[in-house]
Amino acid sequence: MPSDEKAQVMDARTLDRVLSRIAHEILEHSKGCPDLALIGIRTRGAYLAERLAKKIRGVESLALPVGVLDITLYRDDLSSVAHQPVVKPTQLPFDVQGKIIVLVDDVLFTGRTVRAAIDAILDFGRPRAIQLAVLVDRGHRELPIRADYVGKVVPTTQGEEVRVRLSETDGMDQVSIEDLKSK
Amino acid sequence: MSELVRPWQRKDLLGLEDLRVEEIRLILDTAETMKEILQRPIRKVPILRGKTVVNLFFEPSTRTSASFDLAAKRLSADTLNLSAKTSSVQKGETLLDTVKNLEAMKLDVLIIRSPSSGAPHFLAKRLAAGVINAGDGSHEHPTQGLLDLLTLRERFSNLAGIRVLIVGDVAHSRVARSGIWGLTKLGARVSVCGPPTLLPLEVERLGVQVYTDLDKALRETQVVYVLRLQMERQARNLIPSLREYAQLFGINRERLRRAKRDVIIMHPGPINRGVELDPDVADGPWSVILEQVTNGVAVRMAVLYLLCGGEAVSG
Repeated sequence: MPSDEKAQVMDARTLDRVLSRIAHEILEHSKGCPDLALIGIRTRGAYLAERLAKKIRGVESLALPVGVLDITLYRDDLSSVAHQPVVKPTQLPFDVQGKIIVLVDDVLFTGRTVRAAIDAILDFGRPRAIQLAVLVDRGHRELPIRADYVGKVVPTTQGEEVRVRLSETDGMDQVSIEDLKSK
Repeated sequence: MSELVRPWQRKDLLGLEDLRVEEIRLILDTAETMKEILQRPIRKVPILRGKTVVNLFFEPSTRTSASFDLAAKRLSADTLNLSAKTSSVQKGETLLDTVKNLEAMKLDVLIIRSPSSGAPHFLAKRLAAGVINAGDGSHEHPTQGLLDLLTLRERFSNLAGIRVLIVGDVAHSRVARSGIWGLTKLGARVSVCGPPTLLPLEVERLGVQVYTDLDKALRETQVVYVLRLQMERQARNLIPSLREYAQLFGINRERLRRAKRDVIIMHPGPINRGVELDPDVADGPWSVILEQVTNGVAVRMAVLYLLCGGEAVSG
């Protein structure tokens, strides 16, 4: 284990409430627009997008199309990453043309992942708009990018890591701040 | 993510003989992802922007060089295509000098096809750039082997235990050699069949069954891999006539009845129609020959991506 847990930011119940709130905000903001679609960024953003879609279906019985995006091939740091990411497929089972896309990710940090995701989506067509929903905004942006829907703003230092655990991948729902030891 | 081990460590792809099963699987998995890109409205991703890929072909080729060129372009690399006819090799420059000069112009990956077995290995040891073997003599043609594996995996999902028959000039075929390495590593049961003059001595030591009677060999076969009779090479003097070869070893509709009912036909191209393969079989429902070609681009994208990734190429 490369890092030490310092503080818990969300437990399972809080995380669920936060997602409920974001679901409502998306609905409120879009005024029930039929062209809405969710796209989650692999890995955890994809599960969050699924959860948001489920909540929205529960509130307004609106079945939003959900896609999954792998941004590996749009990264700007291929030569500098310590390990090489294994590329996984992108699955967009709908036409992005004219849609209002809500991009979903777990943590917003430098903004580079979101930049890559926007580029990737634009290669599939021309959406009417792309919005961004994140569970945690931890600051330290390196690009002019901001989120439209934020679960929680968590001030951090560069030496810390925001760890999001989801039951789908990690067996539990939890957000915590940890110290990066090995860097 | 930082605890992950780099799944790909190699600078070069020289053959399937020295690849581990996990490495083969990683290439095939990555190729499946690449295939999705080929379906998009914009069939291009930016990951290799700024990288330079050089195709250096000392033998004629349409499919392989076009496939590598497209694969590199789909990943946004810059490509340069050189053939022996237009290069300074004609003026007597050595292979190493040619390539060292190209490297001085900053290339990241060199793709080489050469009539000399071992030429890519020779260069790989002497270059910082990655080297991909696009066919060396009668030794190996690893990306062909990989695209064949991908095509088969799409049909059978698990290659363990499937029966594959390779028919034709196995002795001079780098396609057969890479195919045998790859297939046996993934657990397929491989047989070879051809006139004794075109089967390499002791080929059974590669873990394959050997037949000289095609009708016997076809029994229970699920995949028939038809090799091209290399008329420009040695084959000419090793068979009595094309007509006799076609009669004894040509794959036609009648013969296929002896194989499994849903048998599939593969061929690395270019086809000598009516010699090793009947036109109605090549174009018939058995044939996955064009799927092989499509998969070739995806596999080569995967290999380029993996070779250029991380620090393997850049230092």
